[in-house]
Amino acid sequence: MRRWMVLVMMAVSAIAAAACHKNKAPVLRPAPPPSTTSGAGAPARPPAPPEPVPEPTVVPPEPVRDEAISSASIDELNKTSPLKPVYFELDSDELSAAAQQTLNEDAAVLKRYSTWTVTIEGHCDERGTAEYNLALGERRAVAARAYLVSLGISADRLRTVSYGKEFPFDPGHAEPSWSKNRRAHFVITAK
Amino acid sequence: MTKIFLAGAVAIAVMYAQPPPTNPPAQPPPQQPSEIVTTLTGEGGSAPRLAVPDFIALSPDAETAAVAKTVAQVLWDDLNFEREFAFIPRDVYSTIPRATSFADIPFDRWRELNADGLVVGTVQKTTGGLRVEVRLYNVRNRQMAFGREYTGANARLIAHTASDEIHQTQRALRGVARTKITFNSDRDGERMAGTIENRGVKEIYLADYDGENQRRLTANKTLNITPRWSPDSRAIAFTSYRRGGANIFVSNIFEGTLIEVTKGPAVGENWLPAWSPDGARVAFTSTRDGNPEIYIANRDGSNVRRLTNNPMIDISPTWSPSGTQIAFTSDRTGTPQIWIIDVDGLNAHKVTSESYCDRASWSGPPYNEIAYSSKNGPGFDIKVLDLTTGQTRQLTFGEGSNESPAFAPNGRHIVFTSTRSGKTQVFTVSRDAKNVRQLTKVGNNEKPDWSR
Repeated sequence: MRRWMVLVMMAVSAIAAAACHKNKAPVLRPAPPPSTTSGAGAPARPPAPPEPVPEPTVVPPEPVRDEAISSASIDELNKTSPLKPVYFELDSDELSAAAQQTLNEDAAVLKRYSTWTVTIEGHCDERGTAEYNLALGERRAVAARAYLVSLGISADRLRTVSYGKEFPFDPGHAEPSWSKNRRAHFVITAK
Repeated sequence: MTKIFLAGAVAIAVMYAQPPPTNPPAQPPPQQPSEIVTTLTGEGGSAPRLAVPDFIALSPDAETAAVAKTVAQVLWDDLNFEREFAFIPRDVYSTIPRATSFADIPFDRWRELNADGLVVGTVQKTTGGLRVEVRLYNVRNRQMAFGREYTGANARLIAHTASDEIHQTQRALRGVARTKITFNSDRDGERMAGTIENRGVKEIYLADYDGENQRRLTANKTLNITPRWSPDSRAIAFTSYRRGGANIFVSNIFEGTLIEVTKGPAVGENWLPAWSPDGARVAFTSTRDGNPEIYIANRDGSNVRRLTNNPMIDISPTWSPSGTQIAFTSDRTGTPQIWIIDVDGLNAHKVTSESYCDRASWSGPPYNEIAYSSKNGPGFDIKVLDLTTGQTRQLTFGEGSNESPAFAPNGRHIVFTSTRSGKTQVFTVSRDAKNVRQLTKVGNNEKPDWSR
């Protein structure tokens, strides 16, 4: 399963570079907070050392669906967040290289679970005005959506909504909190 | 402009210059005073010095005595708010014998305290509520400069009405004592349904201009933000996520009806309504054509037309008092700045050149000013641009972050939010940066607007 995901990621990386709607150099940014759960969307790791070849197994024609994910309720799915959020720089809606990588993985999940529909929420930190942040959050959600569409995800499956700075994920008043609050956040709405 | 009473009912009896006849017939309030005996003046052109002792309770019960105290206190606060009068400190009032009727007012003693004017009132309990008589005397010649009788059940509203009428008759000033504030608040601590994260809902609230009578307007347990008073103070337009995405709603607060001005998601996200001065139309921001632009619709949502057209963000519209222009925020030069555009879509031009400006509010006559929030250090401060002189002045100075200004209808005050006391709270400040008052204390209270 992971090998299949890596293949998808490699395949889309070329599209990703072309799809970045503003051709700015990637900006160094803090890593997203570590995931608290291990799921299908975990970041790619360096290849593990080769292991003894096991008994040949039957390769399924379709990518394997994780039973836990397939049977989970929408609320349970959203708690474990198989779709990872992407993070932004201050007052920016540009997708960094890390953000694009995250979206590549999210796209792979969305392709595997092709019936899911998703709302992409745009969020901002508290350092902009409440009013302007409604538009900035919308731009972030739209940027994430456009990137996923460029990877072949149907636009019909991806709604956007901006919450500006109305719903901070972390209530703190310093960069460690702010960096978590500048995001496009995924909520699965149907499966 | 005729003011609408928002709560309770105050019937104003006839205006008189001499002590009233018994049981004056109820009449609609006069638009302008017909007889003014004198207009109060201060010595040498300075502000008249007033005293407002506790009103005289004509009914013997404790409740009437309490009301007599309340009405005088509220009237003192209301008159003090506009700073058209100077006030003799209340703590010296006790040195002067209390009047028991209009017949035994110790004018000589008030004159010794250099009082120019004295507000004396009586409160009487009636079957329907209260009868309050308010008189303003010129202490030097003992002539009555103002005298009216009010009936109703709401003591604070009676005092607010008397204050507005004293300001109108004595200073030719439109006071704001009967105006209201609206804002959104998360004070109820209710959680938004359907989300995993711990998100507090925000509901629309109303309050008197002085922060009293805070009460909730919406109860749909989602995000309800950016409320704006209609010019007749009978409706509030706001942004609500009750249908999932953001849409514009108009709540007719007396009829109890709710109008959907925009019906997303087919028309994108819709935020930040702003009323035209005649109340017929609403300007707002919508993403229906792909990115945030300013639109104008009739207040029922019909006849939508697009005002701006560029690939950058255009947001936060507000109307000019004449209704011919709209100020808004645009980042088309790279940073958010305040712009002005004619309502026919022509003559867009930028009026600020700072690092980051948003949320314009345009004052009515006699001023011609735009207040806005401006990035200043780590947070925002409230600034005012005088469109006549081109001069900018600052009303807050880094005490927390200060946002979302809105002018009072007379242009002399601004309501805004500040984090100076911890959470985000609603404050008012005079146009000269004095008299900062905190109106809210519980929860976060944001995006205020001042009724017309």
